[in-house]
Amino acid sequence: MALIELSAIERVFTLGDSEVHALHALDLAIDAGEYVAIMGPSGSGKSTLLNLLGLLDHPNAGTYRLEGRDVTTLSAEEQARVRRERIGFVFQSFHLVPRLTAAENVALPMMLAGIAPAERGERVAKALADYGLTDRAGHRPDQLSGGQRQRVAIARATIMRPAMILADEPTGNLDRATGEDVMELLEGLNASGVTLIVVTHDPVLGQRARRRVMMEDGSKVEDTGAR
Amino acid sequence: MRPADVLRFAAGSATGYPLRTFLMVLAMSIGVAAVVMLTALGDGARRYVVNEFSSLGSNLVIVLPGRSETGGFNPANAITGTPRDLTVADAQAIARAPSVLRTAPLTIGTSEASYGGKLRDATVVGTTADYFLIRGLTVAQGRILPAGDTGLSSSVAILGAKVREELFGAEPAVGRMIRVGDRRYRIIGVMAQSGQGLGMNADEVIVLPVSAAQAMFNTNTLFRILVEAKGREAILTAKDEAAAIIKARHDNEEDVTVITQDAVLATFDRILGVLTYGVAGIAGISLAVAGILVMNVMLVAVTQRTGEIGLMKALGAPGHTIRNAFLTEAALLSAAGAVLGYLIGEGGAFALRLMFPTLPAYAPAWAVIAALGTALVTGLLFGVMPANRAARMDPVQALAKR
Repeated sequence: MALIELSAIERVFTLGDSEVHALHALDLAIDAGEYVAIMGPSGSGKSTLLNLLGLLDHPNAGTYRLEGRDVTTLSAEEQARVRRERIGFVFQSFHLVPRLTAAENVALPMMLAGIAPAERGERVAKALADYGLTDRAGHRPDQLSGGQRQRVAIARATIMRPAMILADEPTGNLDRATGEDVMELLEGLNASGVTLIVVTHDPVLGQRARRRVMMEDGSKVEDTGAR
Repeated sequence: MRPADVLRFAAGSATGYPLRTFLMVLAMSIGVAAVVMLTALGDGARRYVVNEFSSLGSNLVIVLPGRSETGGFNPANAITGTPRDLTVADAQAIARAPSVLRTAPLTIGTSEASYGGKLRDATVVGTTADYFLIRGLTVAQGRILPAGDTGLSSSVAILGAKVREELFGAEPAVGRMIRVGDRRYRIIGVMAQSGQGLGMNADEVIVLPVSAAQAMFNTNTLFRILVEAKGREAILTAKDEAAAIIKARHDNEEDVTVITQDAVLATFDRILGVLTYGVAGIAGISLAVAGILVMNVMLVAVTQRTGEIGLMKALGAPGHTIRNAFLTEAALLSAAGAVLGYLIGEGGAFALRLMFPTLPAYAPAWAVIAALGTALVTGLLFGVMPANRAARMDPVQALAKR
């Protein structure tokens, strides 16, 4: 059974009088443990696809099955729960809460999930140690370098042990060397079994993935791993 | 999300934007402080007046000459003119009523008092020994007026403390003769310091026997008759009895007004109570304004933290968690403002008491509770809209804004 099954997905945005088909008749299946790069020029619908996969957006038509369950019909509350427990997000601009320390940012998903403070502390300490951030635990985001910020963001994305990580241009705001480190980190997670889906328009980055999905005008034009 | 975490998170967001938080707490605290201080002032004034009236004596019924009636012009008034005199005999008659303990006739005027070349204007009070008992006045030296004496023969006087001091200085006064008007009186007593007594300062009077004062002012009528009822519950019957006796003695015509001290007190109490509510209401407006400011500031906070809200949603926070976090923040800010305002208000009331020591400017408990409660409720109420806006925010758009 595939981890992700999209079938006949339609997503239409209304801009003024005109309708824009951000996604059109899209079918996509991704197995657990895959490393997929979603590529394409801007406006091709790749970000919309990522938002759909992350349950941040809803398709106008079609079904999205996550781990065999149709998640498009779930209530907002249940979708929030799925995001919390099964999905980790990594953003281009990191999206750290500026007033919280690195440790508090990493702990945020566990706090939202209502996990006891003692357990949170333990898991955060372990995650920070894993990502080499132990001495940065008490620093706020503005005291961290770009690479450190993205590592904090990745630690936060993985702290709930999600089934998949959705990364939107994870190296977009980083220099090449730091970007390389971050990608290695993400690929390391993928090697340990987490499904990794990266959205990028950078062909170099895309080439690293085992499977590449090329998007154009809301449709899939190439899929190296299609079954 | 655990309640403790919600609280900590909200407190963190509040302190994360110090200027915004400071302004909002300030607005709220000004509202609460205004309510606390203004009600302290209003209630202080009420208590001051009530105290002043209580110092006139207890279980008091006052008979005034003349009938105050509404009802427009009555042709009879034009012909009959002034009402009948209120006389000493009337006072003695009322004293025989069953619910009345004692009465004191009162006639008042100003005259010149002189001793040893020193001259002074003084308020002359003509009355009987019972006046001292009704008003609870005591003498510091000598004795009070002889009991039952209303005759012309006794030419005795009792001086107020200030009159004695100004005319006699260090000399002993009791036993000396003093000239009041064009007659001489022997001083038999000096009153103890008593201070203000609603308009009439007991320290600045000269008390003479009522008949002597009436002779001095060449009048037969009294200014007032003070009646002391036998007890608190007898006040109303004493009032009715006094009115009936005067009516019977005055050709069956009700030409006097009989008031009870309680009624006067109650009226003042009511007027000043309404005044206190009034100022509380005015101060309450500033609380409403503060509430609107809370809404404004929270809306700014929601806009300011759009990215953060989007992130929280991506991390799996359901709408109600985000709403709770913002509501808690609004409540925390309101509570902080309420507490600060309460302290400022109490400080202001304390300053008022320092400036006007006679004014018991304490904020009534109801006002404090109402102010704190209103502050919290307005904070929460006006926090609902921004919190809902945050909760309903579209995560994709929220994340895109940064």
